[in-house]
Amino acid sequence: MAILEVNGLKVYFHTRNGVVKAVDNVSFSVDSGETLAIVGESGSGKSVTCYSLLDLLPKPPAKIEGGSALFNGDSLLNCSKEEMRKHRCDDIAIIFQDPMTSLNPYLTVGEQLMEPLVHHPDPARRQSRAIAKEKAIKLLDEVGIINPSLRFDSYPHEFSGGMRQRVMIAMALITEPKLLICDEPTTALDVTIQAQILRLIKQLQKTRNVAVIFISHDLGVVAGIADKVVVMCNGTIRETGDTDGIFYNTSDDYTKKLLAAIPEGAKVLPNRSHADSSLVKVDNLKTYFKNQRSTGEQDRYVKAVDGISLNIARGEILGLVGESGSGKSTLGRAILQLAPTTSGSVTFQDQQLTGLSAQQLFPWRRKMQMIFQDPYASLNPRMTVFETLSEPLLYHGLANKKTVTQQVLQLMDDVGLSQAQMRKYPHEFSGGQRQRIAIGRAVATKPEFIIADEPVSALDVTIQAQILDLILALVERHDLTMMFISHDLSVVRYISDRVVIMNQGVLVEQGSTEAVWSNPEQDYTKKLLSAIPVADPRSERSRNALLD
Amino acid sequence: MSKNTVSLPSKELASGSSLWQDAWIKLRKNHLALFGLGVLIVLIISSLLTPWIAPYSYEAQNLDLGATAPSVSHWLGTDIFGRDMLTRIMYGGRVSLMVGFIATAVALIIGILWGAVAGFFGGKIDAIMMRIVDILYALPFMIFIVLLMVVFGRNILLLFLAIGAVEWLTMARIVRGQVMALRNQEFVEAANSLGLSQWTIIRRHIIPNTLGPVIVYTTLTIPSVMLLEAFLSFLGLGIQPPESSWGLLINYGVETMEEYPWLLIFPGIALSLTLFALNFLGDGLRDALDPRTSKD
Amino acid sequence: MIRFALSRLLQAIPVLLVVITATFFLVHSAPGGPFSADKAVPPEVIKALEAQYKLDQPVWQQYIGYLGDVVRGDFGPSFKYSGRTVNELIAAGLPATAELAFYAMLIAVGIGVLAGVTASLKPNTAQDYIPMSAAMIGICMPSFLLGPLLVLVFGIYLDWLPISGWGDIPGDKILPSITLGTGYAAYIARLSRGGMLEVLSQDYIRTARAKGLSETLVITKHALRGGLIPVVAFLGPAFAGLLGGSFVVETIFQIPGLGRFYVQAAFNRDYTLILGMTVFFSTLIIVFNLLSDMLAIWLNPKLRHEIGGNK
Repeated sequence: MAILEVNGLKVYFHTRNGVVKAVDNVSFSVDSGETLAIVGESGSGKSVTCYSLLDLLPKPPAKIEGGSALFNGDSLLNCSKEEMRKHRCDDIAIIFQDPMTSLNPYLTVGEQLMEPLVHHPDPARRQSRAIAKEKAIKLLDEVGIINPSLRFDSYPHEFSGGMRQRVMIAMALITEPKLLICDEPTTALDVTIQAQILRLIKQLQKTRNVAVIFISHDLGVVAGIADKVVVMCNGTIRETGDTDGIFYNTSDDYTKKLLAAIPEGAKVLPNRSHADSSLVKVDNLKTYFKNQRSTGEQDRYVKAVDGISLNIARGEILGLVGESGSGKSTLGRAILQLAPTTSGSVTFQDQQLTGLSAQQLFPWRRKMQMIFQDPYASLNPRMTVFETLSEPLLYHGLANKKTVTQQVLQLMDDVGLSQAQMRKYPHEFSGGQRQRIAIGRAVATKPEFIIADEPVSALDVTIQAQILDLILALVERHDLTMMFISHDLSVVRYISDRVVIMNQGVLVEQGSTEAVWSNPEQDYTKKLLSAIPVADPRSERSRNALLD
Repeated sequence: MSKNTVSLPSKELASGSSLWQDAWIKLRKNHLALFGLGVLIVLIISSLLTPWIAPYSYEAQNLDLGATAPSVSHWLGTDIFGRDMLTRIMYGGRVSLMVGFIATAVALIIGILWGAVAGFFGGKIDAIMMRIVDILYALPFMIFIVLLMVVFGRNILLLFLAIGAVEWLTMARIVRGQVMALRNQEFVEAANSLGLSQWTIIRRHIIPNTLGPVIVYTTLTIPSVMLLEAFLSFLGLGIQPPESSWGLLINYGVETMEEYPWLLIFPGIALSLTLFALNFLGDGLRDALDPRTSKD
Repeated sequence: MIRFALSRLLQAIPVLLVVITATFFLVHSAPGGPFSADKAVPPEVIKALEAQYKLDQPVWQQYIGYLGDVVRGDFGPSFKYSGRTVNELIAAGLPATAELAFYAMLIAVGIGVLAGVTASLKPNTAQDYIPMSAAMIGICMPSFLLGPLLVLVFGIYLDWLPISGWGDIPGDKILPSITLGTGYAAYIARLSRGGMLEVLSQDYIRTARAKGLSETLVITKHALRGGLIPVVAFLGPAFAGLLGGSFVVETIFQIPGLGRFYVQAAFNRDYTLILGMTVFFSTLIIVFNLLSDMLAIWLNPKLRHEIGGNK
């Protein structure tokens, strides 16, 4: 018996620039105890669909133009404010992507948990604070918060990201809803935490027999958790079906494109490294920052990089893997002399870089460059593409006023940008195009060594694939050596010859990529590898069965 | 890889729309801000041309006439010495506006330099510089200004300096905040990785991105400064006769407001309208330069 | 939190020292002394007066002597009002000014927050434009313009309210309080509107609604707390401004308060009175700033833990 039935839903946004059809004729249904995954890239309309069920869209621009949504036979789109409050409280709960901004920082966690019980829209069902507190503590325990009665009086900022998400789940389930909507709940979490939260949701679904709608762009996550899948693109549904059918037997082009874009398996291109010729040598590098909030001798310093030694051979692509807070970005910047070095050394082509003055460093700068993570922040918003790309050429004397235009046009060609866009500004491009500009700037001075710091993490999956291919092509053509930093293990596996795992400022393990993958030695590495979701429902199921 | 390496003739290049152009488009749609801009332009032109376009001479008294209500020959009436109010208000506006611009310029220069240096170099330099700002912020400036004006006599130059000395603090804070935020942006890191000199980075990457808030705040400082000048003149501590500013005119108007209310009302409207216009313009600029609001 | 307060108070001492020193030397460097304006007084009498008030000593000596007195809480005798000490004069003028500032603050915060929050609930509609336009007018009409206008309309033309004095005739506190408070009410209205709009676009407001809470609860319990923080931060500067604004208002409405005394003292070159009142005002402002900062910290749980230390 379908607990939620959506039919022909249409949600349009009326902006001054015209009408945006965010959701256009979408239909699906969910049964109790079933998990429906809605998959799509950004702008596909997956979140808007679910927000419209609970009337959470800003009403002036958004308007529900048609269709129906029935929850247990009641219409959600045409109900009164009172009825909607009841649905939100009793029947349908939703958890959001970013638990830090989704919890009120000014109220204790316990207070926020109790609210739906204490302020229930139906006066007959309101509960006293004492009873509500008991229930809240019990639920905190159920979602895995240690010391629940103590933590009841804590504030959101006192929890870690994973813990906060558990609190959000508790808050959602406290009124025992029949449908739980999860809007990208693990996207902002580390891979190991993500695995825990997904397990928690599955477990809670079983014990409470709720229906779950799981929104995500990550097909790996979806493979492990969904019974049914709906694929959305540009506001419409491209395909609906059970999980196995979608992953193994799809006939839709877009779904095929999505599946193909996921980096999978080992690196295909040949390893071009000259194993005996070391280009970059890092020796016991330490980068400590002063801790502003230290309370004693113990935590006087934040040890971002704590004694790292490694070698990068000429021509190789070294993958640097770590979760957030591991110090991988700091290491990359320290190698490039963009972050201070507390002790240790970095040598490039037999020249020690640490300790050089800015002037002495200058001739080496053009040989090593960086590609940054955020395509929106890594370009000066007030410079045109031409100005951004010509700056390195002119500054390092690789072109003069007469020749620079030609070289810039060639660069744009190399990175796949239309030459006619040369006079445009960054905000007029999409994320993927901006990243191309940033890559163009990095290769402009024909460097020998490039550090790519999470260059595709902020991009949609289909764009990711394109940019990764662009990077690989450039590495090949210009004979580059690269250090590729990422938290996404699948991407790293796809692109790196050797891999180095980092945790809390230290190297945990290193080795050739396939060796580390098939035979991880350290516990941390094993934990990391086992947490990666794979876009293969059968293997996910067997893995889950092993864990239960 | 394309084999096309010939540069395109420039007319085939798509022209980009810079953030300034986008801001202008947004501003044009804000009618109140445009009104403010219009008033400002009228005011500036009128102030510049006053000696030529004022209906009467500045000192021309007509003691027989005395104070008269608005009439055809004196659109805004006359004061108790028979002087034409329209002329008085125009000249007063000149002074008020001049004080406004100059004092703001003083505050701007000191504030930007201070804030930029503190924000860009950070560390100890920043700590010391901002400590000074914090201490100065805590001082009761109104009181000091009153003191200064009384003590050093009514020197118009000192007036500018005193007012500028109050306003630069907030400008310094704003600029420092902007510069610090920019310093950590990835495009500045990219400039560093290219080996650009500090000065080049400041000139090409930091300053153009700081201009937005600076412009907004400058536009909002001018009315604040004009208000301060009027306040001081009202207390008798600012502009001294024979010069007059709107504050002084309001002071005279208050004295005789029961019998000749227009002597108070017209200068009052002039001041309020100008403040109104500038504030709306400043608000409009703030919204227009905010990258979050779309131009569509 | 105590440590924070103490450290701020300690930091305030050098600030006060700077204030005293600067004021002292400023005042003493002004041309003319407190007695030179009285032309009718023969020179020998002036010399005797100056000796009595220690004005014939070298400036440095006067300075040290003054510091010593201040530490003991003695601001000395007034030069102009013979026979009365500065402490007495401050005590005499303080009640009126304090009450005026209090009522003005009440108006400013009460009306300001009400207007600003109401406007933020339905942005870009009449509910927003009307209060905010009124606020803009309030900001652009300085107290020395508003005051006389109110006097003209309500005091003279309509004759509804008294226009001078404080506490003498019932209702004479209304116009001055409104005059002083309106400008700040307008500014606070804009601040609270801005703060509320910022908060209302946050994710946690969406969460609160998604839980099925009533809109009233969402606004009062979830939004106000964060939305009014800019107002709390402004309380310190507002207080300093009110003190300064009292100069004008007390002059217009003939209120026997500290503001009026201060301006007159400045004109009269009454050194001790100027110094005493400056130190007094500065101390008040510093304390008020500290209180409002502490309030702002206390309202934000994250800061409360960082700075307060304990949980």
